[in-house]
Parts: sequence; C-alpha cells; structure tokens
Amino acid sequence: MLPLNATITHIIEESPLIRTFFFDHEFGDMEPGQFVMVWVRGVDEVPMGLSGKNSITVQKIGEATSKLFELKEGDSFGLRGPFGKGFTLPAKGEKVLLIAGGVGAVPLLPYAEAACAIGAEANTLIGARSSEYLLFEGRFEALGKVYISTDDGSKGVKGFAVDALRSLNLAAYDRIAVCGPERMMASVFSLLEERKVIEKTEFSLHRYFKCGIGVCGACCIDPSGLRVCKDGPVFSGVQLIGSELGKYSRDASGRRVKI
Amino acid sequence: MYTLTGLKLKNPAILAAGVLGTSGASLCRVVRVGRAGAVVTKSIGPLPKTGHPNPSMVKLDCGFLNAMGLPNPSYPDFLQELEFAKKNSDAPVIASIFGGTPSEFAEVAEGLLPAKPDAFELNVSCPHAEGYGAAIGSNPCIVEAVTAAVKDVVNVPVWVKLTPNVSDIASIGNAAESGGANAVVAINTVKGMAIDIESGYPVLGNRSGGLSGKAVKPVAVKCIYDLYTALEIPVIGVGGVSSWEDAVEMMMAGAAAVQVGSAVYDRVDIFSEISTGIEAFLKRKGYSDIKKIIGLAHEMV
Ligand SMILES: Cc1cc2nc3c(=O)[nH]c(=O)nc-3n(C[C@H](O)[C@H](O)[C@H](O)COP(=O)(O)O)c2cc1C
Repeated sequence: MLPLNATITHIIEESPLIRTFFFDHEFGDMEPGQFVMVWVRGVDEVPMGLSGKNSITVQKIGEATSKLFELKEGDSFGLRGPFGKGFTLPAKGEKVLLIAGGVGAVPLLPYAEAACAIGAEANTLIGARSSEYLLFEGRFEALGKVYISTDDGSKGVKGFAVDALRSLNLAAYDRIAVCGPERMMASVFSLLEERKVIEKTEFSLHRYFKCGIGVCGACCIDPSGLRVCKDGPVFSGVQLIGSELGKYSRDASGRRVKI
Repeated sequence: MYTLTGLKLKNPAILAAGVLGTSGASLCRVVRVGRAGAVVTKSIGPLPKTGHPNPSMVKLDCGFLNAMGLPNPSYPDFLQELEFAKKNSDAPVIASIFGGTPSEFAEVAEGLLPAKPDAFELNVSCPHAEGYGAAIGSNPCIVEAVTAAVKDVVNVPVWVKLTPNVSDIASIGNAAESGGANAVVAINTVKGMAIDIESGYPVLGNRSGGLSGKAVKPVAVKCIYDLYTALEIPVIGVGGVSSWEDAVEMMMAGAAAVQVGSAVYDRVDIFSEISTGIEAFLKRKGYSDIKKIIGLAHEMV
C-alpha cells in the first residue's frame, strides 16, 4: 500500500508540546492501539498511535515531528496503516484500568471510548510531568474515574504513575492496559507482577521501526524475537515476562542502547 | 536431511538476508516458529550504519520496494546476536556480510568468526548503498577478489549473492566461482522506484530502491537458469518465492535450495509450508529424490 494523502482538517493544541491533527480520512476499522506510519514528505516517516479514527496526537520530539508541527490546516502528509495488533477489547460489564504516561495516553483514549461503547467501565490513571502536560484528562473523565499523578505535585499524587497505582485496588479490574515512556512501563510492570495481576495486563511498546510492516526485523524484542510493529505494538504482560522491557532497546543501526 | 555446500539442512527453504535478521532472537524465532531450514543474518559491515531515512519499505500491488540502506550495528556489536542465534537455533546460521573493498570483507568475516557462523554470504548485490553491494557486484574482477579474500580467512563455506542489475549475470557468477565460492545466491532486488503523485515526491526515503516479492520471480528464474548452465557450484534461488510451487519452479530452473524474504510479510511459517509442499509434490510425481527436479527444465527440450 502506497501512502495515502491525508489533508489536515483541524489542529488542537493539547499541551505545550502535544498537538492533535485531524485529517480527512477515516480508518473505520481501526483497533485501539494500532498505529499508522506518518510520512512527512522529504523528511522521514514515523509511527504514530491513532488517537481516533481520523486523528493522530503527536509530541514534538525530533525532526519529523518538528516539521509536522509546521503544517497548517489544509496541508497534507502521507499515511499508511493502520498496522499492528491493538488492545483486546473488554466484554460488556467488565472493568478496565488504563494507565497512561505522558503521550502514552494517545492509544488509550480510543480504547476507553471503545470499552465504554461496549458497556464496560473504563477508569484511567494519568501520569505526567506537571498538570499542563496531562493529556486528554477531560475526555477520560467523561468516560470514567480519573486518577492523576504529576512529578512536581502540581495535580494529584506527587510522584510517578506507579506511586499513584500503589493505592488502587487492582483486584477490582478485569483488564489493565498500559502505555507510556519505557521506564514508567517497566516500573508499572514490576508492580503489577508483584501484585500477581500480570495475566490481565497489556502493554503498548515502542521501538525504532524501519519497514513498519513486519519484514525487516529492526523492531524485534528479546528473547522472544516478536516484532513490535506486527506482533505488537500491544503485547500481553505474560509475553513480556523476562523480556528486554526497561533494560535496553535497539537503535536504527540495530545496536543495543540501555534504557 | 539435506546437504548444501556441506551444511546439513532439515529442509531447503532458507530465510533470506536482511529479513527478520537483525537480532539473534528474531533469527531463532524464524527457525522455531517458521521452521526455516537455515537462516541468513542481516548484512553486517565494518562500521555501524543507520541506513536510509523512512519510508524504507512499501508494499505495491506486484511486490515490495525497499531501500533500507544496509542498517547494521557493525561486526563487533553483532557478535552477541550471532552467538545467541548459534546457541539457540538447531538450524545452520549463515552470516551475511558486506564491505567496500576485499580487505574490508575479510575484516568483517574474521571479526564474526568467533561466533562460529556455519557459512558466510557475501552481499555484493545491494542496489541502493553507495560504494557497497551492487557497486562492487557488477564488476567481475572485484567479485573474484572479494570472494578470494574471504575464502583466505575463513574455513567455512562462502556463498556469493548476486545482483540481477547487470547485463550478464553468468559472468559475475563465473568470477565468484573463480574466487573460490562454494555457491552463488541469486537474486538480490531489482532496481525500482515509486512516486507519490499527490506530491511528486519519490516514496522511498532514498528516492529509489529495490523491487522484491512476486514481481521479480520470473527475473530470478531466468538468472538461476543461466547460472545453472554456466557454473559448477550450486545456485541458491531467491526472489519472489511465496509458495511451494514457486520453490519447485526455481529448483527446476536449477536452484539447489531457495531463500524466502518478502513473503514473511504474510506468514512467518512460510518455510514449513514450502518444505511440506515440496515433499508432497515429490511424492505425488514419483520423484525419489529432490535432486531429480533440480535443473529439470534444462533437460526438457
Ligand atoms: C527489507 C529487505 C531487506 C533486505 N536486506 C538485505 C541485506 O541486508 N542483504 C542482502 O543480501 N539482501 C537483502 N535483501 C534482499 C533479499 O535477501 C532478497 O534477495 C530479495 O528481497 C528477493 O527475495 P524476496 O522476493 O523473497 O524478498 C533485503 C530485502 C528486503 C525486502
């Protein structure tokens, strides 16, 4: 599939470094947790989680995202996808806990929306640096309970997401879905393992993607060899026991880099 | 069991270079889950390379276009991956290597020897890496020198992987054979390009790249056919194999075994499907041995 041409219809400034770009194409059959490859022509193509059927929510971090931030309504970029395996949807009446760190809230928002549409209950724990970086707080609140942690204590529990997580009754949940920076996910993983609830968890991983379609092998994780772009990006906690999560990842050349 | 340049393979379907071959764990998964008869690593060079910018691979209606740009961690960093693959897989592991000169090839081969690869495959055929790959592989003198340089420093089989982007692939195959190659592998990708008509931009980050998958199979079959005629050493067929029928066709053209790259897109267990398909075919047609079909098309006149 060649990239389709997506024209920006609307841009929302979510927080100082995060913007949502709505585009004129709808991925009607997208699974929450799936990603698209966003091609900023002449620069690079990078993976982005879908924050909705027709939107991506992007944190400005590198060359491609900086160029994306220069685009205005009416401008366009290339899009391929949706790719990969998303989160497992809950059944009606189930209770799910979403744990979002920073921009990791992106794939969890459509998950919460889908869960509620099914008739499940979706509560969210959002962790961020400080209150102005809390992403989608209001939208999660409209769907269920929201717990908050900020590193600087400007809102909610002062500390990391894992600190706020300690006081929650995890036994009450049927499913737990996690997405955030790797160190945050690794500490959450340890706590959930300790509490013996890892069987009901799913984590969305990020690795450097080259082909993005499961062929080149650049994003495979140790020791399973599973491809993050095709067998993931969402993995069950069980698949990640004893894995490289939180320890190292591989850069564009394939060299191991400590987390 | 099946013997190829002295290596013992459970089946003749091998993972091609550059596909699912960046880490030891991934190579092992292709053996464990995919049941590949052997696996070839990503091409490894003397220095770390991040490769070309993305998009680096796109799916077309007729196949795939890619320009990865030989991303690799360099041989010192790849050693641990190769060691992992060797330790944890029960199929042969072939190290694919590249360099810009015969001595660089020898340096990389020697550097990987401590991990004990079962064979080396020399990439003199990548179509989109300046100064490497096909830049070397279209000159018979350099191909012979590169092959000889690696043969000098290793005591395992050396396969030479050829580019179809030349006017006479048999002459390049002859050069590899003269250099001491134990087998040739054909083909690497065919030069290609795609353009995004909405913007006019070439789609690949490197602007152009190499075509693989279904579209290149007839090109590969013809190259294999010609190499089989010209050479004494075995020809390993690669390019567009996505079913056991494709594998049988390549064998009839002269391939002693096949490699599969792009087709892992659909399923990683394509290797077991190919090998059971070939077995069933041999049985149905009453061939006592797989050797009976290798080069069969040459006899049918
Ligand atoms: C993503 C990708 C990466 C590749 N990388 C290499 C490589 O590093 N070295 C090499 O010799 N060939 C490389 N190739 C070429 C393949 O090994 C194979 O020769 C070619 O793709 C044709 O086979 P196929 O149609 O089964 O893919 C690569 C091909 C693809 C699609």
